[in-house]
Amino acid sequence: MTGSAAQGSPSPPAVPEASAAFGGHAPGVREGGESLAGFLRGLPGVDQTGLESRAAALATRSVKAGSKIRALELAISMVDLTTLEGSDTPGKVRALCAKAMLPDAADPAVGPVAAVCVYPDRVSLAKAELSGSPVLVAAVATAFPSGRSQLAVKLADVEAAVTAGADEVDMVIDRAAFLAGEYAHVLFEIGEVKKACGGAHLKVILETGELATYDNVKRASWIAMLGGADFIKTSTGKVAPASTLPVALVMMEAVREYHRETGRLVGVKVAGGIRTAKDAIRYLVLVNETLPAQWMDRSLFRFGASSLLNDLLIQRYKQTHGAYGGPDDFSLE
Amino acid sequence: MTSASNDRAAGNAPLAIEYAPAPESKAVVNIRERYQLFIDGSFVPPLQGGYFPTINPATEEPLAEVALAGEDDVDRAVGAARRAFDEVWSPMPGRERAKYIFRIARIIQERARELAVLESIDNGKPIRESRDVDVPLAAAYFFYYAGWADKLEYVRPGPVPGPIGVAGQVIPWNFPLLMAAWKLAPALAAGNTCVLKPAETTPLSALLLAEIFQQAELPPGVANIVTGAGATGAALVAHPGVGKVAFTGSTEVGKQIQGELAGSGKRLTLELGGKAANIIFDDAPIEQAIEGIVNGIYFNQGHVCCAGSRLLVQESIADEVVERLRRRLATLRLGDPLDKNTDIGAINSAAQLEKIRRLSKTGEAEGGISWSSGCALPERGYWFPPTVFTKVEPAHTIAREEIFGPVLSVMTFRTPEEAVQRANNTVYGLSAGVWTEKGSRILWMAERLRAGVVWANTYNRFDPASPFGGFKESGFGREGGRHGLEAYLER
Repeated sequence: MTGSAAQGSPSPPAVPEASAAFGGHAPGVREGGESLAGFLRGLPGVDQTGLESRAAALATRSVKAGSKIRALELAISMVDLTTLEGSDTPGKVRALCAKAMLPDAADPAVGPVAAVCVYPDRVSLAKAELSGSPVLVAAVATAFPSGRSQLAVKLADVEAAVTAGADEVDMVIDRAAFLAGEYAHVLFEIGEVKKACGGAHLKVILETGELATYDNVKRASWIAMLGGADFIKTSTGKVAPASTLPVALVMMEAVREYHRETGRLVGVKVAGGIRTAKDAIRYLVLVNETLPAQWMDRSLFRFGASSLLNDLLIQRYKQTHGAYGGPDDFSLE
Repeated sequence: MTSASNDRAAGNAPLAIEYAPAPESKAVVNIRERYQLFIDGSFVPPLQGGYFPTINPATEEPLAEVALAGEDDVDRAVGAARRAFDEVWSPMPGRERAKYIFRIARIIQERARELAVLESIDNGKPIRESRDVDVPLAAAYFFYYAGWADKLEYVRPGPVPGPIGVAGQVIPWNFPLLMAAWKLAPALAAGNTCVLKPAETTPLSALLLAEIFQQAELPPGVANIVTGAGATGAALVAHPGVGKVAFTGSTEVGKQIQGELAGSGKRLTLELGGKAANIIFDDAPIEQAIEGIVNGIYFNQGHVCCAGSRLLVQESIADEVVERLRRRLATLRLGDPLDKNTDIGAINSAAQLEKIRRLSKTGEAEGGISWSSGCALPERGYWFPPTVFTKVEPAHTIAREEIFGPVLSVMTFRTPEEAVQRANNTVYGLSAGVWTEKGSRILWMAERLRAGVVWANTYNRFDPASPFGGFKESGFGREGGRHGLEAYLER
């Protein structure tokens, strides 16, 4: 993209360079001495009113008939079925894994979902339950959800999850460091976690509810991508507001621009508060009209949710059978 | 067939899921075979006979026959309006007038779906716009001015101003219902009575509004609607019983009217053409600026007098902006106006389509490079694809003449001074847009732009409390807000 430099945003370096530059605490993005903060502040701003009205306009798209069935089935395949409670017993995790593999026993053609998402100490159990199925296991790590611990602890958390067999690691960024302007520190941590992940995919949770402004969401998205994120994710689900359409739109635009600059594909995961099929379809419309077609796939777009899955099933049943089923036609988990 | 499927073949911003057709039902509105004139509270046939067809521009199918008002009919309507003015409406306390206007606003809301569908069928605009913009705003203008009816003493200092008398109002086809609301609401609130002449290609929503007047039990003669073409409008404007003329339409006709009214003592406001500059600085919030450019020129197929038809981009980001704009245009969906997912509807008439084509050809002949997303156009109906012209210079015809269609001319500037200079270098002066993250520059620009409306980091936003109107050949007088009442009050 030739004109981007004029926007005050120097092209960011390819990922390995960034990791090298910031892995060693170096403040410069490149040898010319541009600081990371300078780069981030030079990104074109986000106008709140314009962004929100664009998101609201896309929310009025009407997805009907055949396209609705396809959208619902696509959404089901993109769910990271999640349980992140202190009370997650082995029984609860086993039930969740069964649901992930076979969301609707009456129609085995439906599903499976993309992954189950659990705390690190439940990874080995989930892995065993899901063995032989394509459902991945994602683990939240790095002192989830607050991220307030020593880096060594966070890295140990990640290593434990990966050793237990996690296919994906959902980390949280250090929001306090971000809000204090210590962008290089945030980037450094992401790079360290990325290394600790080894072959596991890294999803970086921005916790947009704590970043407060859309400009911050955009900057945090860039830091995460520069740090090597395979996915950027809106929220932990433990902080309100969690995912919103405008926030997701900012992140999708950032992913699109990063792809145009570097050629690397970064996924987006929206999480927290997405409970209805209607909400899910609105996010898919956003993807559809913002990102190239590759993103319409679970390898690049996910929903982090628990109760969403059943609403998707109920709405799919309605579309294919012409009438709603009862609430107990689908297992709760 | 929408633009999306075509773009996929071109490898250009493909959409991964196609939206199935999601048409709004036509059944919500009952279109009659024949419409009469609305005079003195009733629908009456024209004295000299004569009906003209109105068609659906998306299909070219005739919708209905509409009465053609002759001079006698205009005379009847003005007479009815005068009687209603003398006997009912002007003696009525403002708080009582307000009740009728509030009632009209509420019925517009109640019948919003019906109005939106009818507007889209008769005009060709997407249902998304008529549903989300035209109809809600029309109701909002009635609500807003209803509130003024008993507060006229606060419009300006000095003695309490009175109404003028009978207002003759001629409106265009681009926002048929909304323009009727812009004209009728302040006139009625100020205590005037009205004779409104809708455009000949889009008379139906005004006639449905007449039904709403009946439903609201508005006293007979307070608002009359005479349908017809230019001759009907000319008869209305020339009628000696009319004390105030309000016209929205082309600069050419506006000039004629101003000439005819000279020395007549009639009050006049004109809201005419535009060739607005939408100015993008290099520090603009770029994603939203692209949306603003799209909304500025492709909203309502560019049939907007305040459309941002001249894009002035800081030269340093021009290539990037054009590239992003092209990517965005590839996702616009053109087609059936009643489909809820349609972004771009039909051109309103064969004549307008011809004008857009002619000016586009001129643009190419003078050296401009035309680009459109290549979206397939329906076979029947009047359609023109969203088009961007680059290599346009300020001297070119398409940089100077109003096209009134989905055609954007891209030009560049180097400094804020040059942006102002180029923006103001037009015979028009209706509106402008400024996109920058720097607040001080917005104010600096707004002080210097010779335009009635300046939007900052947005475009084509309307509010009943905000005055709207032009400089230079874009007309004079203001509509909306407190300022909009001035035109309907004695000096």
